[in-house]
Amino acid sequence: MQFIQQMINGLTIGAFYSLVALGYTMVYGVLKLINFAHGDLFMWGAYLGLTGLNVLLALLAQTSAWAILPVVIIVMTTVALAGVLVERVAYRPLRTAGRLAPVISALGVAFILESLARNVYGASWKTYPAGITPTGRIALGGNVRVSVMQIVVLVASFLIMGALYLFIQRTRTGTAMRAVSLDHDISRLMGIDVDRIISIVFIIGPGLGGVAGLIVALYYGSFDFTLGWVFGLKAFIAAILGGIGNIPGAMLGGMLLGIIETLGSGYISPQWKDVIAYVILIVILIFRPTGLLGERMAQKL
Amino acid sequence: MERLLTRLRQVNPLWWQVGFIVLAVLLPLPLGDYYRSVLWRTGLYVMLGLSLNIIVGYAGLFQLGHAAFYALGAYTAALLNLYFNVPLLLTLPASIVVAAFFGYLITRPILHLRGDYLCIVTIAFGEVVRLVLVNNLFGITGGANGLCGIDRPALFGFELRQPIYHYYLMLIFLVISIFAVHRLEHSRLGRAWMYVREDEVAAEAMGVDTTRVKLLAFVLGSGWAGLVGALYAGKITVISPDMSKFMESVIMFCIVVLGGAGSIPGILVGTLGMVTLPELSRPLKAWRDAWLGFAMVAMMILRPEGLWPSRRVRLEIRGAKEEALPAPATGD
Repeated sequence: MQFIQQMINGLTIGAFYSLVALGYTMVYGVLKLINFAHGDLFMWGAYLGLTGLNVLLALLAQTSAWAILPVVIIVMTTVALAGVLVERVAYRPLRTAGRLAPVISALGVAFILESLARNVYGASWKTYPAGITPTGRIALGGNVRVSVMQIVVLVASFLIMGALYLFIQRTRTGTAMRAVSLDHDISRLMGIDVDRIISIVFIIGPGLGGVAGLIVALYYGSFDFTLGWVFGLKAFIAAILGGIGNIPGAMLGGMLLGIIETLGSGYISPQWKDVIAYVILIVILIFRPTGLLGERMAQKL
Repeated sequence: MERLLTRLRQVNPLWWQVGFIVLAVLLPLPLGDYYRSVLWRTGLYVMLGLSLNIIVGYAGLFQLGHAAFYALGAYTAALLNLYFNVPLLLTLPASIVVAAFFGYLITRPILHLRGDYLCIVTIAFGEVVRLVLVNNLFGITGGANGLCGIDRPALFGFELRQPIYHYYLMLIFLVISIFAVHRLEHSRLGRAWMYVREDEVAAEAMGVDTTRVKLLAFVLGSGWAGLVGALYAGKITVISPDMSKFMESVIMFCIVVLGGAGSIPGILVGTLGMVTLPELSRPLKAWRDAWLGFAMVAMMILRPEGLWPSRRVRLEIRGAKEEALPAPATGD
């Protein structure tokens, strides 16, 4: 029974990783760039959510779970705007500059975002206002319990991921995105506005990341400015695990990483859970060099 | 101005090198201990940059876990010194060998991975090393507090206590490293690295054993970083798992790319930008990282080839830009 409990906990954490990993993987898909700033955009989601909630609750003068909805929209828009801005300023001028320069630029943006958060909010742990999130637990029999919050997290993440998948697969814009990730020049010849598609990717990816930040902060209740690096790195690993550039891969990778970590921490030792996750990542990459769902790439000639 | 530069370029490079060494020897003399330590730190990171440059700059492989090998070198030296009383300078070869061995062990099975996948494995390895040290494997690594009480290096019974002696020790290794790396760059192996960096398939077709060449880059780079780790342990005498932090690897990576990947003077410039200036601007600590980040973005936009790139890389990036733009009617 403990196993099922661990699986549920693992899936919840995995859902967070998946949401953040989607941002990495989408940007990688269109730009072939590891967007190191993504983790920090995600962290800003948590901070902005905190400010938003505090302001809103002060205005309402009461605690209400419904305050979360407008905050979600505010966080999503702000972080998405920040994402687009980052792309415009720091990545667009570097499209033709080889592969190293954009990585440094991305790391630079990550430095800026993190330092900004530390200076604006301080280095101490921040706690979300109490009484917003549901606290109940539902017993499933045999000592297995699911908290209401876990159910909310899982349902919300699956809805978001499902919607994103349909968007990418079924809409015109989604199709254009897939085309751009294959080849910029040929997409342009087919009449796709590549810059516009990249901007859209930078709206969706960071937007999702921002919301994920908010959800993570709500789930754990408190966080500090290292959240960006810690979760960012894990989510990036999840994206690679599933095969970077591949959207279902990011979802699968995130879930798997969450489950592996939780099982490792439950059955082996909490101290070694990260080591276990990293070692499994390395082993998987040795046998499947492009990740679990990554396409088998022919070498370019 | 243009003429002056041309004149300067025509000066025999030997004079530049001698001048540089003389400057490096004289520089710490009028300075206080704090600034001497800053100079030592600069030298340390230049050496780390040189070692990573072999992997990132010459062979073009993404390595974002380089700090792991630096930490491994430091821990090797510290453990040998603390448990077996080996004098610190004699632990240097062991540090090199251990770091190089791990470099081989971790990269051998993953060399066939594409760039970004390789990058994540190196990150993961760096984190594994840090966590193993934190979790105190076999109970000998001292856990999160690390190890302390490491002997300082001693030469013929003369113990190096003051920062300036450490600086000169570093300088000796630095000059050896620069010489060695420069020779490597122009060796058969160096050319093979650059060939692999430019086009792996073509290199293989021309008979370059790409696996062996890439492996050598990792092994040499890692071993060198191990040496630097041991030197660090000798001066600071306290080491902790934080040496293998992702942030450290990021700084090393930035040093190499910011200065211009594959360029030795570029490493020096990159270190000044990433390590020395931030260190000296400690009073501005709160906003230091933001400025650093801002400078990194601005620098890459203005000079994507780095501050002091090797001629080859500069031509390459400028060339790619012209190709990507719609061909202008007149050249500039």
